Amino acid sequence: MADFKDRLLAEKIVENIKKLASGKKFRFCHICGTHEYSITRHGLRSMLPENVEVVAGPGCPVCITPAAELDKAIKLANEGVILATFGDVVRVPGSSSSLAEARANGALVKIVYGPADAVDLAKNHPDKDVVFFATGFETTAPTTASVILSEPPKNFSSLVVHRTIPPAMEFMVGVGEHRFDGFIAPGHVSTIIGTKPYELFPRTYQMPTVVAGFEPTDVLMSILMLIKQIRDKDYKVENEYTRLVTEEGNPKALAAMDRAFETVGDNWRGIGRIPDSALHIREEYSDYDANKKYDIDIGKVQELDPKCSCHLVIVGKLYPKDCTMFAKACTPQRPRGPCMVSNEGTCSIAYRYGRD
Amino acid sequence: MCVAVPAEVLEIEGSIATIDYGGVKRKANIDFLEDVKVGDYVVVHVGFAIQKLDREDAQETLALWKKILDEE
Ligand code: SF4
Repeated sequence: MADFKDRLLAEKIVENIKKLASGKKFRFCHICGTHEYSITRHGLRSMLPENVEVVAGPGCPVCITPAAELDKAIKLANEGVILATFGDVVRVPGSSSSLAEARANGALVKIVYGPADAVDLAKNHPDKDVVFFATGFETTAPTTASVILSEPPKNFSSLVVHRTIPPAMEFMVGVGEHRFDGFIAPGHVSTIIGTKPYELFPRTYQMPTVVAGFEPTDVLMSILMLIKQIRDKDYKVENEYTRLVTEEGNPKALAAMDRAFETVGDNWRGIGRIPDSALHIREEYSDYDANKKYDIDIGKVQELDPKCSCHLVIVGKLYPKDCTMFAKACTPQRPRGPCMVSNEGTCSIAYRYGRD
Repeated sequence: MCVAVPAEVLEIEGSIATIDYGGVKRKANIDFLEDVKVGDYVVVHVGFAIQKLDREDAQETLALWKKILDEE
């Protein structure tokens, strides 16, 4: 089997990067928690020359889930529904508490592997309402769509907080003084959406864009491809991850997403509203929309702890080590901000795998 | 939660396949894919197979890279 972890191959790619990049500064942005994991876990930043920087954009779905939505989930759990969600969501702080705290106080919060398990919970507990708290990007959204379209039992509904990546990338292009020279686009999101939605970036913004996989050689190769595009002034969307990503993506998954959801503008935690970046359940399926089914009154929202700098970390303006609470007041055991919880959160990854 | 893992298809029954992640067996929904066969490798995310893994393409990619790197 092919080896994309090959150390020698990685070194060879780095050699090429050093040669091509010499004398210039490059700053690339990825939008994917799994890329951040791979980069930090394998120490890729220290392999790269100093003039080539890679920063993390808002690619951790749990981190960008607005406090207000967490507050709603907590409220529903406290009011007696079975709240089902992914494992890395439960410890994320909302305005003043987390789902884990609600659970400790007796609320029914269940960790599920995926949305189908939440539907099974509803089938097995016909006397209870089950709400699936659905976070995630385009990789996850079709799976929620699929269960909504599958005529689940009426005691099932979903609080959908799905967000989409290309609008967040467009937001990153506009993060003012903070210039990037190119995008490393997320591999798994792209298995669903394909490479076409990124064409806007080279065309409109002269931003080279390479869709990349997750092994160290994938990430390094994508950086080399970006630098080459810049050298040749030939800006385009390239696909480094052809073993999984096609131009069209996954048509069936896209169709399910389109049938169940409409695209609207909505909030990202620490960022604010991004136009056309959220998926909401279509009117036809409002029976399964927890927002319509329940009157959820959550009171005042505190988006982030005033001392937490997640809003700067997720747009690449600050490295976790530069937050005054990092590894002191804020640790994975006692997270003070959303970026310290999920395995895809930049602070949690930095805490566990590297402080570079 | 975004970590999608490749797994081998062992058995198929309608929309549901039994898959093997290096020894651990699980069920996965295969509705999003066309003609999945036993023995295929699929990438599974939160209980759904989202894409087939093209092993030949993986080999070709590596061969191509090696060529590019030697030329530069
Ligand atoms: S270290 Fe903690 S407090 Fe600081 S930015 Fe990260 S999550 Fe927020």
